[in-house]
Amino acid sequence: MGTVVFFIFAIMAIAAAWGVVTSKNIVHSALFLVLSFSGVAVLYVLMNADFLAAVQILIYTGAVAIMIIFAVMLTLRGEISESNPENHHWGWGALVAVLVFIMMALVILANPDWRILATPWTSGGSAEDLSLLLLTKFMIPFEVAAVLLTIALAGAVVLAKGVKESK
Amino acid sequence: MNLSNLSVGLSTYLLVGAMLFCLGLYGVFAKRNIIAILMSIELMLNAVNINFVAFNRFIWNQKIDVHYILTGHVAALFVIVVAAAEVAVGLALVITIYRNRQSTNVDEFNWLKW
Repeated sequence: MGTVVFFIFAIMAIAAAWGVVTSKNIVHSALFLVLSFSGVAVLYVLMNADFLAAVQILIYTGAVAIMIIFAVMLTLRGEISESNPENHHWGWGALVAVLVFIMMALVILANPDWRILATPWTSGGSAEDLSLLLLTKFMIPFEVAAVLLTIALAGAVVLAKGVKESK
Repeated sequence: MNLSNLSVGLSTYLLVGAMLFCLGLYGVFAKRNIIAILMSIELMLNAVNINFVAFNRFIWNQKIDVHYILTGHVAALFVIVVAAAEVAVGLALVITIYRNRQSTNVDEFNWLKW
């Protein structure tokens, strides 16, 4: 059962990622991106990471996808069916990506330590368990992340609003 | 490489992550629209998150202190935070560049070249 669900959603995530990078229409790319994020969220559920799955759906398929679609909307010009073309070096890109994938697959498949199946999971993964860790061992990184998000928010507003021309 | 049992192990998740990462890598190299490049970067960050959670799920030990056992989830959370900040600032930059240059084509972003 879990195996069937895994393969359905893993193939969905990868096929949607393929759609993101090959689609000629950037709106279709954005919609494929949402599908890929949702497939990854199901993989998180299968790995007993319940809170992360919820965060994935809220932040990625919710906020990030909406922001990308808004940016597409604000910067669209010309014919939409050719809004997402490849550049002339796409062959080199494909070559590098395939070589990197072959290398990683060889490393993954050749390592006997990683050829393991799941043992029963008893450690939770809920927001409560994660918050225990975030507020004790990882408190400083947690605060730094909060500062980073605030600065990014302010910076995004300043950048997008533009600076007033002084004449 | 024993493919006779089709149970989902750690290496299966790692292969899914590697595939998503390489598709994102291809997108970064091959796409001409800067928003498509940002989308590809998001795909790569997602692949990294799959790896974090998969290692946390499969390589764990009940003898570890129970409070430290979710470290991979915390790492994935920080990646999500950084990705959210990155996409916010990145899209603001895209909109600013578009306002100045009327273009989202990275081949035309060459005004540092002389």
